[in-house]
Amino acid sequence: MGSTTWFFIAEQLSKGVVVTLQVTLFSALLALVLAFVIALCGLSSSRSLRIFARVYTEFFRGTSALVQLFYLFFILPLVGISLSPMTTAIIGLGLNFSSFGAEIVRAALVNISKGQRDAIAALDFPPDVAFRRIILPQALTFMLPPMGNLLVELLKSTSLVSMITLSDLTFSGTTLITTLGHQTLIWSIVLVCYFILSWPITGLVKRAERRFTRHRRPQE
Amino acid sequence: MFDYAFALSILPELLAGLWVTLQVMVAGFFCALIIGVGVAVLLESPVRVLRIISQSYITFFRQTPLLVQLYFLFFALPQTGLQLPAMSTGMIGLGLYYGAYIAESFRAAIGDVPRGQWEAARALDLSPSVTWWRIILPQALKPMLPILGNYLIGMFKETPLLAVITIPELFQTARQIAGLTYRFNEPYTLMALLFLAISLPTSLLFSVLGKKKRHD
Repeated sequence: MGSTTWFFIAEQLSKGVVVTLQVTLFSALLALVLAFVIALCGLSSSRSLRIFARVYTEFFRGTSALVQLFYLFFILPLVGISLSPMTTAIIGLGLNFSSFGAEIVRAALVNISKGQRDAIAALDFPPDVAFRRIILPQALTFMLPPMGNLLVELLKSTSLVSMITLSDLTFSGTTLITTLGHQTLIWSIVLVCYFILSWPITGLVKRAERRFTRHRRPQE
Repeated sequence: MFDYAFALSILPELLAGLWVTLQVMVAGFFCALIIGVGVAVLLESPVRVLRIISQSYITFFRQTPLLVQLYFLFFALPQTGLQLPAMSTGMIGLGLYYGAYIAESFRAAIGDVPRGQWEAARALDLSPSVTWWRIILPQALKPMLPILGNYLIGMFKETPLLAVITIPELFQTARQIAGLTYRFNEPYTLMALLFLAISLPTSLLFSVLGKKKRHD
């Protein structure tokens, strides 16, 4: 292969990488917001909100991300809602991953020790201040490592959007193979690209984990 | 706009697809279990090269998408002269991907087996294979059961990807029906319901099992 071919491959794949990163970023933001909303619903004192949160997480965790994407992509237009593939991808992955994120947020909020809650009650903190200043900062350190892992899962799942015609990294791989052949080579490069994209996230998660657990080693 | 008669007429086909899905899933799960345990044991091996290889395998397979791995296996392996039927490729693909996850969890479970168990095994002069098979792995397996259950459900939800390597599982069947009849609502809705019908009871079962364990 000449240098022009290599240049062509690099150009196509970098276009794909940009789309992959866009989908990852926006669906991660959507998932994060929804995860907090659903987790708070699940912990609220209202029974109907708790049931809603339970049904939401069970539904989105119980069906496959690809099935949900296809459902959004093919069924919504039938009821008159047409979304661009990019919007469909962001909403689909955002909804799917928010259900996993909600479990992480919920577990972290529940994890705050009883002593902290007692202290909040004893000091008569208003609920919103207590949540913002005492519960959330402690819960965030619990959340960060699993959220980072979830982000890697999300990044990998963006490869599914290639099946709803969005030209992400995987789609670029498919296109390159149709024009150039060299399947083994192209798929290897694509795999390495994903690896390079997720490597920094995993590294950060490992560092955060070490840092946050340093003072929490078993004390018995 | 949901045609029940049509939905009923395509149900047998979808159920046949579901059956294929379950077959690949079970085969892939056992494949993943064997790979996972094997790699977790290799991670403790005294040979440095083996440790590095198994660690690289875990890192690489956990950080790249299953979809691209399947493309690679399906389209690249035949070029190296290895011709496998689609079902075996799917089984190997799922096995390699989830094997990496299971190996990582097994490593943690093995690490949680008390040091005294290793020392006792050594003091009794048990061979390494007896130590692994009779002492360490059985103790590591027990806390692994709920985790393995989660991976099984996770694997079930990843099976739609096998459609790209032409395995006629549930998703592929629904897609084919939709393509032939130009009716998307019924096949995709039924497919989603069938997914829920399997994964909800399974996840409920494992959460009940998990709770029961905590009360012990």
